Amino acid sequence: MNADAMKEVELNEIIASKEDGKYIINIGPQHPSTHGVLRFVVSLKGETLEYLIPHCGYIHRGIEKMCENLTYPQIIHLTDRMDYLSAHMNNEAVSLCVENALGIEVPERVKVIRTILSELQRIASHQLWWAAFGMDIGGLTCFFYGLRDREKVLDIFEESFGSRLLHSFICPGGLMQDIHPSFQKRVKEFISYFRKKLPEYDQLLTGNVIFEQRTKGLGILTKAEAIDYGVTGPSGRASGFSCDIRKKHPYSAYDRVEFREILANEGDTYSRYKVRIEEMWESMNIIEQLIDQIPEGSFTAPMKAIIKLPEGEYTQRVETARGELAVYLVSTGDKNPYRMRFRTPNFSNLFVMNHLAAGAKIADLIAISGSLDLVIPDIDR
Amino acid sequence: MTEFFRNRFPDAVIEQGNQYLTIKTDAAAMHPIAAVLKSDKELQFDYLFNLTGIDWSDRFSVVYHLESTVFGHEVVLKADILNRENPSVATVSDLWRTAEFHEREVYDLLGIEFVNHPDLRRLFLEDGAGFPLRKDFKDEINLIER
Repeated sequence: MNADAMKEVELNEIIASKEDGKYIINIGPQHPSTHGVLRFVVSLKGETLEYLIPHCGYIHRGIEKMCENLTYPQIIHLTDRMDYLSAHMNNEAVSLCVENALGIEVPERVKVIRTILSELQRIASHQLWWAAFGMDIGGLTCFFYGLRDREKVLDIFEESFGSRLLHSFICPGGLMQDIHPSFQKRVKEFISYFRKKLPEYDQLLTGNVIFEQRTKGLGILTKAEAIDYGVTGPSGRASGFSCDIRKKHPYSAYDRVEFREILANEGDTYSRYKVRIEEMWESMNIIEQLIDQIPEGSFTAPMKAIIKLPEGEYTQRVETARGELAVYLVSTGDKNPYRMRFRTPNFSNLFVMNHLAAGAKIADLIAISGSLDLVIPDIDR
Repeated sequence: MTEFFRNRFPDAVIEQGNQYLTIKTDAAAMHPIAAVLKSDKELQFDYLFNLTGIDWSDRFSVVYHLESTVFGHEVVLKADILNRENPSVATVSDLWRTAEFHEREVYDLLGIEFVNHPDLRRLFLEDGAGFPLRKDFKDEINLIER
């Protein structure tokens, strides 16, 4: 169906629906609560939401197609731009995939630094989510608190590798360059700072009666549904779906640290919120276990200037801040992949929206979509 | 494990890949195998974590990465589609709900039709500009070839 025909159908739906007291309205693509360009077509009866159709593709760049014409070190720079709040983890996924294919063992120093960076990135991502989620449902103070603390993480990133958002720092073979000499000191300062600040988040929002009334029992996802829809990350774990790749298939230095996989059973908006708050504590625990254990050595394994992967197919799964990222790489022995597939967490997480929001009130839609923590470029790629 | 699958699916080709056990089949025989993988008590592959369409120039493949959340084992199922003119394969969205949207993406970018799919519309390219992930796709203006 072309665009004109589509418009006509939607127009007919609107005319037809007016007669039985329903309204079909567009939310987006520029609505602030979607945090990006995503459009929901929702059918309303009064204030109750009957169904919701997500329309994506506004920021589709064809990253999978572009990869087919790029070399592996170049692809790293595209992966930042999928889930830009999990840039380190996305870089790591492709790097690990290429290293597996080549059979390269990276130095211990690299493994530990990668793990620390991933966890710092997870904290920064959850901070921004907390800030935006609080603001979405009416607590503007949250936004200032969250961004104030996220700034500290971004400053560490900026000092070490010059970028605050799109790092491209983890690359096949190791890291782009060595970390800044004061990296360890800065990270320790941040952890002791944030350990004092994180309880403020609870004081401000978690125990708030209005907040609890707006989130408890809303948008319930059962464990079976989470598995069926492929909802992973904190959103899946809030439904009791044990989907943490760091535990299931440890990579980098996750096999030598102790941490809990945060699980909840309720599966509602409030438990998705609680899981993310708890994950920030766990991330800090992981960093503290590793920050004094960074071994001396090289920051990269010896790599050839032109990377050619042996023929075959390689899969790598990593846990980003939003769930499972699977990289599926098909190589024909050339310097660029024959087919590169990214199974991104937000893609699967988005399409559970209709199931969660149907029957809820229109105002609750914002709370539900906020609790799924969607990043739109990760859906469209 | 390889023997187990050989006895179970005598018509399919079972291979041990470098990471996962792979079940290769043609498109027509794919859905019954997928249904067994999902529902068998000893297998219970209930989590589809990746669905990929590949254009091999002479044929298409659809690759399903499956994991069991009960037992933790993984398997890869591959369906080959030999018909390049009208490629089609049965949908697995009745088995795994997440496949509904992954299949829409594959349909959008590769033009593979999923038979019995509940809602097979374009996902990203609503204006319909060909099937860009096909290897013979040409766009002289926007696509830079190296």
